[in-house]
Amino acid sequence: MSVIRLEGATVTYTGAASPALADVTLEVEDGGLCLVAGATGSGKSTLLGLMTGMVPHFTGGRLDGRVLIGGRDTRTHPPREIADLVGRVGQDPLAGFVADRVEDELAYGMEQLAVPPGTMRTRVEQMLDLLGIAELRDRPLRTLSGGQQQRVAIGAALAAGPRILVLDEPTSALDPTAAEEVLAAVRRLVDDLGLTVVLAEHRLERVIGYADQLIRVADGRVTSGTPDEVLREMDRVPPIVELARLAGWTPTPLTIRAARRHAASLRHRLLTPDDAGASHVTQPADHAVPARPILTARGLSVTYRDLIAVRAVDFEAAPGVVTVLMGRNGSGKSSLLWALQGSGPRRAGTVSLDGHDPAALEPAAARRLVGLVPQTPSDLLYRETVSAECEQADRESGAAPGTCIALLAELVPGVEGARHPRDLSEGQRLALVLAIQLSASPRVVLLDEPTRGLDYAAKSRLAEVLRSMAADGRAVLLATHDVEFAASVADRLVMMAQGEIVADGPARDLLTASPAFAPQVARILAPGPWLTVADVAEALAAASSGSAPPAANSAPAADRP
Amino acid sequence: MTIRGSLQRRGTAGFDPRLPRALHPGAWWVWAVGLATAASRTTNPLLLGLIIGVLVVVVNARRSDAPWAGMFRIYLLAGLVVIVLRVGLRIVFGGPYGTHVLFTLPEIPLPDWAVGVSIGGPVTLESVMAGFYDGLRLATTIACVGAANVLADARRLLRSVPNALHEVGAALVVALTVAPQLVESLLRVRRARRLRGGRSTGIRSIPGLMLPVLADALDRSLALAAAMDARGYGRLTALPARARHMTSALVLVGLGGVAVGLYGLLDATSPGWLGLPMLAIGIAAGAAGLWLGGRRVARTVYRPDPWQRDETLVAGAGIVAAAAMWLAGTIAPAAVNPSVMPPAWPVLVPVATVGILIALLPAWLAPPVRLAVTTAQAHSNGQARTGEA
Repeated sequence: MSVIRLEGATVTYTGAASPALADVTLEVEDGGLCLVAGATGSGKSTLLGLMTGMVPHFTGGRLDGRVLIGGRDTRTHPPREIADLVGRVGQDPLAGFVADRVEDELAYGMEQLAVPPGTMRTRVEQMLDLLGIAELRDRPLRTLSGGQQQRVAIGAALAAGPRILVLDEPTSALDPTAAEEVLAAVRRLVDDLGLTVVLAEHRLERVIGYADQLIRVADGRVTSGTPDEVLREMDRVPPIVELARLAGWTPTPLTIRAARRHAASLRHRLLTPDDAGASHVTQPADHAVPARPILTARGLSVTYRDLIAVRAVDFEAAPGVVTVLMGRNGSGKSSLLWALQGSGPRRAGTVSLDGHDPAALEPAAARRLVGLVPQTPSDLLYRETVSAECEQADRESGAAPGTCIALLAELVPGVEGARHPRDLSEGQRLALVLAIQLSASPRVVLLDEPTRGLDYAAKSRLAEVLRSMAADGRAVLLATHDVEFAASVADRLVMMAQGEIVADGPARDLLTASPAFAPQVARILAPGPWLTVADVAEALAAASSGSAPPAANSAPAADRP
Repeated sequence: MTIRGSLQRRGTAGFDPRLPRALHPGAWWVWAVGLATAASRTTNPLLLGLIIGVLVVVVNARRSDAPWAGMFRIYLLAGLVVIVLRVGLRIVFGGPYGTHVLFTLPEIPLPDWAVGVSIGGPVTLESVMAGFYDGLRLATTIACVGAANVLADARRLLRSVPNALHEVGAALVVALTVAPQLVESLLRVRRARRLRGGRSTGIRSIPGLMLPVLADALDRSLALAAAMDARGYGRLTALPARARHMTSALVLVGLGGVAVGLYGLLDATSPGWLGLPMLAIGIAAGAAGLWLGGRRVARTVYRPDPWQRDETLVAGAGIVAAAAMWLAGTIAPAAVNPSVMPPAWPVLVPVATVGILIALLPAWLAPPVRLAVTTAQAHSNGQARTGEA
């Protein structure tokens, strides 16, 4: 039996030339996890919006065809009339909170649906237990961590008793551990409660193994089927699937556990028989001791009232190196970036860049030394059009007119100058802000969570951009939660916890050493030193040609089965 | 931890009045308005001082550890400023008032058209006293409002609004939630302006600051509206047009009546029919409107604050204070509003004193508050442990 049924649904937004979704017919079966995959702007959010009635009731536009949620037609039932059937959880939990305390937030939906007080009381208790947030019941929502907030949001959506839960990228703002926490809660809802969960997620690799159905959205077209079927026709796939394709594993394993069973033979193929114990992997970071650092920070501390965000950190950045800063939410990554740039608060310590301290300079001079792209890039944008932003940036940077727009064209080709910056996709907006910051030609570029909301294509484009910036002799430092992205771009990895640097070293060593921060390929091929599918492909080629490149220093002593 | 174990959430039935719990916020407001009414009917500094003392004791005994609970001193400070201003104005613009000259300020001659206004000149005890009495009365009223704000959680009060006012309540809750977020986004954008080398202060920075903040606020509002709708907000609230108009008319008349009635009660010089009768009419009209409007709204309240014996006692204590002051005003008007010309020593009026002291009882009558600090600390400790694991 299907709980969600789309019959020839076509959505055309007002003023749009072509429909955002065209003639979609699909069914979501009762019970089970239905995963929605697709690039940014592919119509993924529109599809989820259809399933909650938000489209077209909240977004406007025209809907042709029918959408039936538990038998109710969304044309005649606005979202509030299907609130007892569908729960909705968005990307930013804080944006959807109505109350200010956990318990009141959980009860809000039930109050609106006039659930009797006694039932309400018991259901709130059940939700607290089900999502493991019982000890947070009295806490103000704003004081919770991102993972906790997202679990409260799920509980709040579930408390009203819907059979369907629609989640739009619930983990995109979370660190890997918190994301795992949320996804584990979602899996438990599917497994134990038999709920129907529709989940959109950019980082497919985290959930693909648990999905019963995969819906792929591309250019307004939708294909639906079992994960195995649908994955076959996708070109951007999670690393685990890519690795399986490369190694020719069938059926395609979708979990680390399944892939590990095939891994031993692959590891053997990656090792040359004559050179037992050493693996073949070229390490991009291996130009040993890099050039003299251009940015040096000593004893850097940042405090907010009684909270110590950064505690006496020593840090250096060398040109030509991409450094990735990782650590859970609140570990001080952003504070460190802002303090290095000089615009954020700093309690103690010195930062030196070409003999200058950026904090002591005028903002305009500081950004010529070090540019920062903040977590919400749109904060920097305030003009009406892209070209106006770029001209403004040229003036601010004292660069030749046209510098910024040329940089933008280099980063992402084909952004029209007449468009409003707010109408750009996440990736394009990020590129615009990056271009604005690069127009001042800083030697150090800092990026705070640049991969937020980016799809696979945009991420690999960003990785290329960052690598080429490093190749130009810039020092690049970025904070990210995305392990796979870090694996593809990082030379050096710095891990932070509680405001201190707890590990600092070659990315390859650290990423293969830590289980929580290891990318999928490293988990599958552990204890091997390979991080990405590209690494494996390279090693395979090397192994088959027989010409052994110099052994990696981090290679395992023996290949344990 | 032992405290936490024994202080589990209360049930609504078979409650033990001595278990810590939050008093219904309405009870605190009635109590505070009662004291404010008493304060507004007297200028006797002894009685006013006594009221402030009562407020301080009760606030200290029964305030929670919520972020706003430490704000009482700000209301007291505001009161102090009012007194200083009043007395200062009297000294500067005092004019010939009374005969007991304390000292003389140099007088600034004013043109003829400014007749009746004088700057400087002799400062009399009478004018200083009048300024001080006036200021103290206003300061006491401010302190009463402050005490209510500190003791009662505004959000909980909004939760107890009648069904018909649910929309208004929801709007206020949203405003309370969004306001700090707006401040946050303003700070964030200001910081970001520096990244572009722009100015973050001054008139010319305003477009660069305001546009992102407003766009952000708009996005947030839309997201919140969508979230509320998705969770069933506004469901089954459709009322026929006639009932809706009737409701609004009744509520408006009610509000007007309450305002006029309160004014009549607070201002001792207004005719008697303007006080209690108007208030009663206003309350009746408002209640009818709310009942009519709330009939069709299908909505329940999660763990509503119960109105129990303690609430009645606390509210009653405030009403007794107001009534005692009214009684004292009819028995001994000269003592309740002591004369400043000629200056007379203020004396304590027994009836009013007893009434005000009864308003002190909530310091013991109200149940102790549940302090969140102990539990929150236990949680954060627990979290830190799991976080490190």
